[in-house]
Amino acid sequence: MKYVDEFRDGERARGLARALQVEAQTGRQYRLMEFCGGHTHAVFRYGIPDLLPDNIELVHGPGCPVCVLPTGRLDMAMRLVLDHPEVILASYGDMLRVPGSGRRSLLQARADGADVRMVYSVSDALDLARANPQRQVVFFGIGFETTTPPTALGILEAQRSGLENFSVFCNHVLTPAAMGAILDVDPDSEESVEIDGFIGPSHVSVIIGSDSYRFCAGQYHKPVVIAGFEPLDVLQSILMLLRQINAGRADIENQYTRAVTGQGNRKAQGIVEEVFELRPTFEWRGLGEIPSSALAVREAYRAYDAEARFDMRYRAAEGTRGCDCPAVLRGAKKPIDCKLFATACTPESPLGSCMVSDEGACAAYFTYGRFREEAEQRQVRQRAAVKARRRA
Amino acid sequence: MCLAIPVQITELLDGDRALASVGGVVREIGTSLVDNLEVGDYVILHVGYALSRLNEEEAQETLRAMEEIGAIAGDAR
Ligand code: SF4
Repeated sequence: MKYVDEFRDGERARGLARALQVEAQTGRQYRLMEFCGGHTHAVFRYGIPDLLPDNIELVHGPGCPVCVLPTGRLDMAMRLVLDHPEVILASYGDMLRVPGSGRRSLLQARADGADVRMVYSVSDALDLARANPQRQVVFFGIGFETTTPPTALGILEAQRSGLENFSVFCNHVLTPAAMGAILDVDPDSEESVEIDGFIGPSHVSVIIGSDSYRFCAGQYHKPVVIAGFEPLDVLQSILMLLRQINAGRADIENQYTRAVTGQGNRKAQGIVEEVFELRPTFEWRGLGEIPSSALAVREAYRAYDAEARFDMRYRAAEGTRGCDCPAVLRGAKKPIDCKLFATACTPESPLGSCMVSDEGACAAYFTYGRFREEAEQRQVRQRAAVKARRRA
Repeated sequence: MCLAIPVQITELLDGDRALASVGGVVREIGTSLVDNLEVGDYVILHVGYALSRLNEEEAQETLRAMEEIGAIAGDAR
């Protein structure tokens, strides 16, 4: 496939891996966060850690929309379908399997009779509303800036065609706000994760543009390289980050120039701006309340806002006890640090949100078997430490 | 869920819709977010909508840069 195969080529990958070996300075540790869950997935799928020098560590970020949605928001959707039999809840597939309070998922609610449908696009939800005029169709809008413009188009289309039984439960969140929250953590606190630079999101950046990350370089002196999704893109971006770090630079660079510009997709930005406005604050799983980090439907489109139409109220709720998703999402823990990982919690029966979606770090670890290797390495290290202690 | 893939526009339809070839399979997609699309263009498809046009020159440039990096690193060893 064009634009795909050539960016997965093994020969070029070996060349980039050689360049990384040359660039990585011994005696120095590089901690790079891939913000986006799509990158986390690609990193494991293509075995990128195996191509990197040992002193480059990839820290997995919170850029997975179903992962960061807090339990309380999922509970709102659950109460909606259970309390309102007239509602058809239309949602992207991943969201259906995330456990809410009492470990119940929307799939279980569906088994109990709630009308929950999986859709691929907001346009499928609009079709559902047209086909079921006597019902209320609520689209469960989740996602980062990539997914927000289509949701906005859905609302505009409903208005244009006079579709009155369609509304959106809006949970769209903003990438720069989350990056800021990660960088804002007090370096002395337990929560803090040391990061030397960011592998920036691909498709979020297609919409918002690479200029949106300037604050990372300016305010926090952290380099960002916007990276494409294919394995060669990721390798080249890591090399670009290393070069910046070695030179003491913190710039915003763009590796994914075939799709991302400085300003992004202005038309999409305008459509989002028309339909949505900033929420004063929003709770993220793992990152807590972040001011101005999420969107709500504007007053002018209130008729299409499910929260207003059904008087939905947010109540904070705990995630599954023992689930380390919050720490995993901050990059403070690895999936294998969680006691439930691969024992009680697997992709078939996920206990936390990070085990559900392909983009979740726990699911990526599990699916590509990385955890076995890391568990082995850890054992080797522990054995060596025990031996050293005995000798001493 | 954030997955987005490159697809090629094969036919323009009315109402900001188009047909696109997704690895050989033809699907209808929304094109309201990208202006002046033409048949043959490659776009990034996400949740049923084209997000942007792919720039062929930039793609070639990136590939060329990658090869250069590999060649130089080969010499450096
Ligand atoms: S392994 Fe499961 S329970 Fe543990 S952090 Fe990941 S999703 Fe949560």
